[in-house]
Amino acid sequence: MSTPYAKLPAWADYGLIPLINLSVAFIVAGFVVMLVGENPFRAAVILVEGAFGKGTGIAFTLFYATTFIFTGLSVAVAAHCGLFNIGTEGQAYIAGLGVAVVCLTFDTTLPWWLTFPLAIVAAAAVGALWALIPAYLQAKRGSHIVITTIMFNFIAASIMVFLLVGPLKPAGSQAPQTRNFLAGAELPKLNWIIELFGAKIRSAPLNVCFLLALVMAFLVWLLIWRTKLGYEMRTYGHSPKAARYAGISETRIIIIAMMISGALAGMMTLNPVMGDQHNVAIDFVSGAGFVGIAVALMGRLHPVGIVLAAILFGMLYQGGAELAFEMPAISRDMIVIIQGLVILFAGALEHMFRPYVQALFASFSPRSVGMEAVKGKGA
Amino acid sequence: MDIFIAIVQILDSTIRLSVPLLLACLAGLFSERAGVFDIGLEGKMLVGAFAGAAAASVMHSALLGLGMAILISVAFAMIHGFASITHRGNQIVSGVAINFIAAGSTIILGQAWFSQGGRTPALQPGERFEGIILPGANAVREVPILGPIYSELLSGHSILVYFAFAMVPFAWWVLFRTRFGLRLRAVGENPAAVDTAGISVAWLRYRALICTGVLTGVAGAYLSMVQNGGFVKDMTAGKGYIALAALIFAKWKPVNAMFACLLFGFLDAAAIRLQGSPLPIVGKVPVQFMQAMPYVLTVILLAGFIGKAIPPRAGGVPYVKER
Repeated sequence: MSTPYAKLPAWADYGLIPLINLSVAFIVAGFVVMLVGENPFRAAVILVEGAFGKGTGIAFTLFYATTFIFTGLSVAVAAHCGLFNIGTEGQAYIAGLGVAVVCLTFDTTLPWWLTFPLAIVAAAAVGALWALIPAYLQAKRGSHIVITTIMFNFIAASIMVFLLVGPLKPAGSQAPQTRNFLAGAELPKLNWIIELFGAKIRSAPLNVCFLLALVMAFLVWLLIWRTKLGYEMRTYGHSPKAARYAGISETRIIIIAMMISGALAGMMTLNPVMGDQHNVAIDFVSGAGFVGIAVALMGRLHPVGIVLAAILFGMLYQGGAELAFEMPAISRDMIVIIQGLVILFAGALEHMFRPYVQALFASFSPRSVGMEAVKGKGA
Repeated sequence: MDIFIAIVQILDSTIRLSVPLLLACLAGLFSERAGVFDIGLEGKMLVGAFAGAAAASVMHSALLGLGMAILISVAFAMIHGFASITHRGNQIVSGVAINFIAAGSTIILGQAWFSQGGRTPALQPGERFEGIILPGANAVREVPILGPIYSELLSGHSILVYFAFAMVPFAWWVLFRTRFGLRLRAVGENPAAVDTAGISVAWLRYRALICTGVLTGVAGAYLSMVQNGGFVKDMTAGKGYIALAALIFAKWKPVNAMFACLLFGFLDAAAIRLQGSPLPIVGKVPVQFMQAMPYVLTVILLAGFIGKAIPPRAGGVPYVKER
């Protein structure tokens, strides 16, 4: 996507405009809070305090952030290749199957540091395979990836419900979930890191997956900006025609990008399943895949931005839970609205304020705008 | 005779279940034919359902409820238009955003206004659309074969059901027999040509989205004021996406859309009816299998194994007048 406007300085392009978009999203969210008869400023204070006020809050915030880093990276990798992977939710959900099989098989025999790598491979493989079919259909048959991945979300949900009320459910149990994993499939907590800084933590599910997420963020950065494959992906995302002309195989690049995206989505599963609940239950993804869309857009598809955006959403999730205690009129679903507004203003309306910002810059220094040719450094 | 009655009952619930799909599918038909992808059918139905039930229970009138459902749904369609037509944003991103805003705001506002855990108060008689008994339905009930078909299958539905099926030929007539329809289809195939003819692409697409909003509003009102006596959170439960699947399955044609929606409605009705009971030949079919069928069928169609689904050519591409 080339921008139809003149060039802005980089800090305005990557800092100011996203900030304006985000602020507008939060201002609109504030109006919704007012509409239900609460004070939006007090709500914001409770939210931030709930997320960062106590050690437990911070740990929960980072726990949620871990999940969103994975899904955000998943959406971003596909987006760099010009593909909208709306199927992160389903790829993560079905990856629960892989994790369940590994954990249920090895949790009695192996220690966690052997189960964990196996589970990572299983989660990534199942997620990647679930993304492979839509990718293949897009590349070979031209079926629109957005539609097929939506369909695959529902198919994944049906399969998982079928398995969790049937074969995966332990005999004699009523709850639609697997049996609880034993110690061999429980990931160690990371709460001691926060406790090093003197904060107290009662019990929070922050675990080693957080480190894995950061490693993955670094690897994605490496892939996208420092490898030939990443260059090819970005080329294809920018202009499929140019990529074809340069001899980049369309089929290969679509399939690889989607499989990486699916693998990242699948790894998200490790965090709630092995780090927190210690079982695979119905709807354990609970919308995290869709949050990934908001996180990726907000982070402008860059791993650093994604980590920051994921922490912001982690804060919203944790603080939102506190908010629901303090203000009965507001439930956690407020986050869903904020998520929607962020996607609207940072995604679909991303260029709405650009002309005004450019006019403002032009009035300060006329030479900075309009004189240079468009360098086509779009999002 | 028992089997016959059972079949009539399944077909009856097929009709009831396919109505919201049909309305949403026709809604999607208008916007996609005009070159605007709409993932946000689900969200618009949801706000329609909420606004309809809320207004009906506050103002004690089913008609006012329907009006409010349409109004709010159209407003959401206009947000989609503002983002994707005026500001040339990504249409899919905009649709996803609308779905989230709808899902969150209906729960938050419902809880704030009615304090019933995101529900609206149960609708009283007069606040919802009742079934209409067609003339002579009771008289012919005893006639074998044709009697039950007339009195059970065709009679006794609410006005919105008849409206939905009447919309099928109407949508066909509008799209394929009027000047507006011709231009609307043209703008979805080749907006530059329409622009050259001196017709505003943006205004035409906005009008298409107004049609979409009206129909999703009615679809939402059907869910909360006919099928269910009030709004329940997330009550669309993916119907907007099934409608989208049906639209592709129907290859963007109104009459096909009706058959696709009836098929998907039938699968749903059969899944409910057959829960747990074995079928002849195949044995016991898991409910989840039946529920996944519409999606699987659509993927197979998209893959080009049952004919080829060719979307409107300019779909998903914002129109830029000058480069």
